[in-house]
Parts: sequence; structure tokens; C-alpha cells
Amino acid sequence: MEKLVVVGNGMAGIACVEEILKYSPRFDITVFGDETHVNYNRILLSSVLAGEKAQEEITLNPLDWYREHGIRLRLGVRVVDVDAEQRTVTGDDGHVTDWDKLLLATGSNPFIPPVPGLDKKGVFVFRTLDDTRSILEAAAPGTKAAVIGGGLLGLEAARGLQVRGCEVSVIHLMDTLMNMQLDATGGSYLKQRIEELGVRVLLGKGTQAIHGNGHVEGIEFQDGETLACDMVIVACGIRPNVELGRKAGLEVNRGIVVNDFMETSHPGIFAVGECVEHKGTVYGLVAPLIEQGKVLAATITGNRGLTYKGSLLASKLKIMGVSVFSAGSLDESRPATEVVRYEDPALGIYKKLVLRENRLAGVVLVGDASDDHRYMSWLRSAADLTSQRKSLLFPAPAADQGIDVAQMPDSEVVCGCMGVTKGAIISAIHDQGVNTLSQLKECTRASTGCGSCTRLCEQLLQAVAPEFEEERKKSICACLPFTQENLREIVRSQQLKSVQEVLDIYGNGIGCEICKPALSYMLDMIWCGGHEEDRSARFINDRVHANIQRDGSFSVIPQMPGGVTTPAELRRIADVAEKYQVRMVKVTGSQRIDLLGVKKEDLPRIWADLGMPSGMAYTKGVRMVKTCVGSEFCRFGTQDSTATGIELERRLQHLHTPHKVKMAVVGCPRNCAEATVKDIGLIGQEGSWQVVVGGAAGKSVRKADLLITVETRAQALEAAEVFFQFYREQANYLERSYDFVERVGIEKIRKETIYAPEPVRRALLDRLSKSRAHARDPWLERENPVHPTQFVQIEAMEGTPS
Amino acid sequence: MNWYRVTNVQNIPLREGRSVRVGDREIAIFNLGSRFLAVDSRCPHQGGPLADGIVVGETVVCPLHAWKVCLRSGSVRSHSEPACIESYPTRVEDGVLLVQYPAVSAVA
Repeated sequence: MEKLVVVGNGMAGIACVEEILKYSPRFDITVFGDETHVNYNRILLSSVLAGEKAQEEITLNPLDWYREHGIRLRLGVRVVDVDAEQRTVTGDDGHVTDWDKLLLATGSNPFIPPVPGLDKKGVFVFRTLDDTRSILEAAAPGTKAAVIGGGLLGLEAARGLQVRGCEVSVIHLMDTLMNMQLDATGGSYLKQRIEELGVRVLLGKGTQAIHGNGHVEGIEFQDGETLACDMVIVACGIRPNVELGRKAGLEVNRGIVVNDFMETSHPGIFAVGECVEHKGTVYGLVAPLIEQGKVLAATITGNRGLTYKGSLLASKLKIMGVSVFSAGSLDESRPATEVVRYEDPALGIYKKLVLRENRLAGVVLVGDASDDHRYMSWLRSAADLTSQRKSLLFPAPAADQGIDVAQMPDSEVVCGCMGVTKGAIISAIHDQGVNTLSQLKECTRASTGCGSCTRLCEQLLQAVAPEFEEERKKSICACLPFTQENLREIVRSQQLKSVQEVLDIYGNGIGCEICKPALSYMLDMIWCGGHEEDRSARFINDRVHANIQRDGSFSVIPQMPGGVTTPAELRRIADVAEKYQVRMVKVTGSQRIDLLGVKKEDLPRIWADLGMPSGMAYTKGVRMVKTCVGSEFCRFGTQDSTATGIELERRLQHLHTPHKVKMAVVGCPRNCAEATVKDIGLIGQEGSWQVVVGGAAGKSVRKADLLITVETRAQALEAAEVFFQFYREQANYLERSYDFVERVGIEKIRKETIYAPEPVRRALLDRLSKSRAHARDPWLERENPVHPTQFVQIEAMEGTPS
Repeated sequence: MNWYRVTNVQNIPLREGRSVRVGDREIAIFNLGSRFLAVDSRCPHQGGPLADGIVVGETVVCPLHAWKVCLRSGSVRSHSEPACIESYPTRVEDGVLLVQYPAVSAVA
């Protein structure tokens, strides 16, 4: 069998090997990688930096893949020499390896400008997973970071650091950000958006020197100005890594020169990826590498025939909340060129199409890149757009997106990075039984590049796959493409305090009845009540603190801690019921009294007349603590359940939770207040207390799990509090404690709550105290309404026309 | 075709609705920031109070069963049985909101 040596374990090299493996096996393959990682998705490093993806999530080929295909993998070995005559390569470990065919996929190196001081500590490049790790280690909230380079990579790095809490400045030599992809107007729209996110942008700044005593302290610019910083990221572009090509005596210009068959000037040596130059062009994007790999695989396996014809250049900035897309040629100086433009400064949207003889030649989209697919397909097909001149910038909206997908021709490319067509996806679904996005990734490689086609792939799955299940990690709704866990992280790191802010930056700017209440809860919980409350984002119950009924009236349930009341309270309740002609007075299942059929405008007066706090019976929050009679009266009672229940209710009252929380305290194992089917239950017994969690006796029935058994009442209350705060912080909105406990597992919950290290437990309790300090009886809004017409029925100024 | 002076614009908070009796009708008026939209106050499904719903773009979500009513046309979105309620033109004059009623369809 012929020996194939691949130098380079990155996306281009391995994608090409995958293509080679599709032909019948004919090579004994060895892959050298100077990094110590298996092949990962380099494009997503910025997502790792920004915390949107975990490091392990970006792996493309796990070790098993190499094993399965009998590929010898030499990680952490840099190939330092090639002997083209003897057909050998030499590693930096001194080991010499023979080859019959050699594939160079050496990629690029970061370009380091000749600036003194770049050897200081605190200066980083951003190219590899290890670089990313080092940056993450050095970046702490408050760190002053300077990113030299305002191109794609620099901006993504800047955003990543800013998300981590750093104070970030981007320094760009040119007057336009992303000047390789944008015109001046597009660049200024981008600059504005980046600055809105809190990143400083300095344009037209050349770097003179990096100063600091051993460690970076500041940057000096060519104009004499300086900038203090603790950290510098150099993102000034990349240079093809052609050293081995030169050593092998190949023809090398900017990159290793290849022909249309991906052959170099040596018959046994091939090259692919960022290190090659084809017809004078060096590509630094993933899509061309994949196209090249397919051609190379045909050539190297003796199936020479496919040719590489060069690739369309397209780039998309991957920063959440900043849409930038650029493709094709923006050269306006050529004859017969027309430019179609649209801009809206208030919305921050800029679109420009460059047309040549009625065909699309180039496109720039800033602020709204949702149409990128349409433009890419026009560019690829070079379609004559004469008949579509009126809708170039504004397509007729598709009634729903399913139709959009159905209308797409089979030949249209869905995943631009991996070159996967709609037809290929459909046949994978039909012929290989693909049902999930991860299976689709596995089978077709679609959506494994930049990830921007994920939504389209999901739509195709939805339309065609019989049992398409949304991936387990579901985003909250279509308005916000994030899981709740991601969102909590984003809200924390970005210091977002209002629902609209989250929607504007990370979502569609509108929101819906699902995400708005969820975000409202999240902000209140994360900022311990210190958020900007927006009642328009709340369900009506939380706008007027009462439960809406089927006829639009409301129900009023005052708090009765532990279910204990007094004759005076009962008298007031009776008086109120008569005075406001309450339609029904009902004892609830939670040891309280419900007044039903109340008009919204009567609510403030009823609350005042009752003189009792809100029982929160209308909201996702702490409802009540049910108690049995306990040792004070009950002849079997072993613990004072009533007093303990009242204490528990007082400690947690008026706090909001992901879903309602119903609790109970019982004084003996007879369990008369049903503590074993409550979200949190305390079960008193002779000399000890059991704390149980995750019980249910509603839509589901579930016996609560034992969290811990403790000796004293104080310990039991604290265990309940620790669990309560953990549930508040970790559960998804509308996830009841019993679903949460099942999902996370009681063992893990124990480890992270009652058995967590003291500082962790203490921190949970501290955050609970902080929330408690902000929590107040919502019915006090009767005195200070959040808006003058919160409860008021507006009367028209005139009932007759003016 | 008459314009009724209804209320000061500040009485309707941003992205919320309020119901007002105008002539012999109860109308729900919504503040969308850049403009005000008005429709009949009751959901065509089971009469839920639309003014109490969450506003989603130019739609309101009924608080009872989450029917989605378009605030421009009054039509109900995404439900099998077609249903529609009246919508009313609005304008603002010196900080006062006016509603036209009986409603006219803008360009018939």
C-alpha cells in the first residue's frame, strides 16, 4: 500500500483526508499535527472565547475516527524538513518518515507586525485552541485589553474578551473596520454597532511600540498617543505557512502554487488549504478549502478529472447581535457597474449590492444579514436579475419559513462552508434515516463550519425528516437563539439589566409571550432584584398581582403564613367579600382563602381594606408553606411544625422562582400536610428533621427525594434555603422543581448544595439574602403604582365625537 | 366617521395596552412606541381582555388562551378557524390620542 503523509491536522488537511477515504482504501496514512489536539473547528474559536461554545464542543474528528480509519496520528510533532528526492519528512523529534505521496496542509501563521515589545508577557496571538486557552486564563473582569487589528478575527476576539468582562479597545491601522470586506459606509455602521456593545474602536492608528517592564503596560501609537493596557491580542491577519514547500523545492509565490488539479510542481507532492495559491489567489476561508480537498482527493487517488476553478469569497462576522456579511467583488470602478444601496441609520442597517450587467457581482450587508443565502445563490449562479430589480433589497416576505425551504432548488448550497446542497441533505434524510441535526452533521458535514446554516438545516429536517427531534439543548424560543443556560451567562457577563436590552442585542428586538416573562424572571433572579423592571414584559398576573379568570376578572388570595389566621383577619376578609360583592369565597387547597370575581380597578382598595400581604397565588414564585398542627396541640406531634412553617414562609416570602414553589412542614411522619409531595418539604421526627425536595401532586405525582436529614430546625431551614436558591439559579423558566430534580439528579444537587464547599454554600445563601432584601409585598403598589393607569379603568375624554 | 378624543398618550405605557369605552364600544389601545394601534377589546375566541395581553411586535397575545391578534387588521393569526375583530384608526393631537369610529378601512 502506498504511504501518504499529511502534514497538518487542521480543517483543510483532515477534510481532504475524509474525501480521500471515500475512494477505495489505497493509502497507509500518517497525519502530523504540531498542535496537541485532534482536528477541531478553528472558525469557532471565537465562540469558545465568547463562552458560547465549550472547548470540547468544537472537536470535528475525535480520536476514535482516526483509529477507525487506521490513520497514524502524530500529535505535537512539527515537521521541520522535507526531502523531495528521498521522499521523507523529518519531525522536530528527529524521527524520519517515508512517503510515496505527501500532502501539505500547513495552513497559516499569524502575521506579527515588526513592532518592538511584542515579546512581552501579556501579548497573545489568536490562532489555535492553545492560544484561546491562554487568552482565557489571562482575561479577567476589568482587564484592559487591546486588540491590534480590526478585521474579522480582531473583532471577534474583542467581543469575546468584552463578554468576559474586559475593557476592550480595538486598534485598526486603516480608517475602515474590516476594510478587506467592507466599504467606508459599511465600516462606519459596523463601528457604531461595535461601540454600542461597549468596545472602544480606534481607527487610523499605527502601533509604534508595546511598553512595559516585562509585562505589557501600554501601547504607543505612531501619532505619539498612548493607551494603557494589561493585555494585547495581535490579530493583524495571517500569512500562508510555506516553509516546507520551499524546503521541498516547490514553486512558491505567496502560497505554494497549485494547478487546477491541486498538484504542485513536484509529482508526488500535493497541497491544500490556506498554504496554497491557486491562480494568484490565497484563500483564508473554510469553503474554498473544502472545495480544494474534493478535487485533491480525486487527483491523488488516481481519479484525476475534477478541477478546482477558484472560489467565491464570502465572509460573515460571527458576533452575536452584529450581522455583517460580505461576498464577491465590491469594485465599482469597472465598466457597466451599478450600485444599489439602502441604509437606515436609526436601525443601523446598511445594504449594498454591486451589479454588473444585471448580475450580482458583490454584496455588503451590515445590521441585517438575514438575506445572505439569497445573495450567495445569485452570486453562485450569476443569475440575470432583470426581472427582480424591484425586489433586490427587499424580497417579498415568505408567509412562513417552511415554504422558503421547500422552494429552494435541490442544487442550492445550504452549507457554504462544507459545500453541501439541499439535495445532499434531503437524500441523507431519506436514504440514511437522518433524524437529528447531529446525525446530519455526521453524515453530510453540513453545519459543521461557521454554523450560520444551522437554522436552515433544522428547517429542512423539520420539513422532511419523519421523526425530527429538536436537539436536547433547546433554545428558549425563535426570538432568542440561545438556551436558557447560555442566556443566564450572557446576562451576567454582559451586565444586561432590562428585557428589551437582551432582545435588542441578542434577539430579534421584539420578543414574545414566552421569552419576555422568562427574561423578566432571569434578570430579577440574577441581579437579586436590582434589574430594570419592565411590566410590558410580564404576564397580566404580574402586572396587577392577581390571577386573571376566564371572564377577565381577578382572584385575590391574601398571605396566611403556615395557614394560620386570626378572628380579626377572618372578619376583615368577610367584610371585604361583602363590600365588593365578591362572587365566591373559597378555601383553597393551600390553607388560604380565595376571593373570586374581583374587578381590576377594585384591587388596590381591596388590598388596603384587607391589610394583609399578597399570597402570590398568581405568579411563578413562592406560594405558601402548608403546615400541620404540630407539637403545640397535636398529641402525636414531635416538632413545632406551625412555627417552623411560618418561619420558612417568612424567609422566602415574595420571592420569584422559575415556576411556582409550594412547600409544607409536618411535625411527625404521619405527614398530615403532605410534605412528601411538595416542592420542598420538612418532615419533623423525634430528634431530627428530613428535608425533601422535588415532590409533586398536581399534573404529575412524584414522591420527593430526600435531600438531607439534620438534627436541628435551624439546619433544616438552611438546607431548604440552599436548595431553594440553587433551584432559582439553575432551573429553566417554567421548570417545576420535580422536573428540575429529575433532570439534574438528586446526587448532583446534593453535591452542589448541602455538600458543596462552605464558600459555595455561603454564596448561595448570600445571594438569597440579597434577593430577600429587595423582595417586597407587591400589593404595596396600591400606594405607589408603577404607572398611573396600572389599575385604573381609563374613561374616554368624550363619549361623543369632537 | 368621527374622531373621538380618548385620553392623554401618557396614560398608555410603552408596549402595553389599555381598554377604553368609546361611544358604544370598548376598544383596546396599544402603545407600540412609534405609534398607537386600536382594536376591539375582546378576543374573538372566548372574550379575553386583549388590553391585558403581552404585545409581540404588532400582535397582542390574549392572556386567556394565547390567541394572537393582529393589531393592524384585527385578524387572528395561526388558528384554524378564521376570525377577525374590528380595528380602528388612531392619531395623536397635542398629546391626546384620538380614535376614529365607526372605523373605516384605510384604502377600502
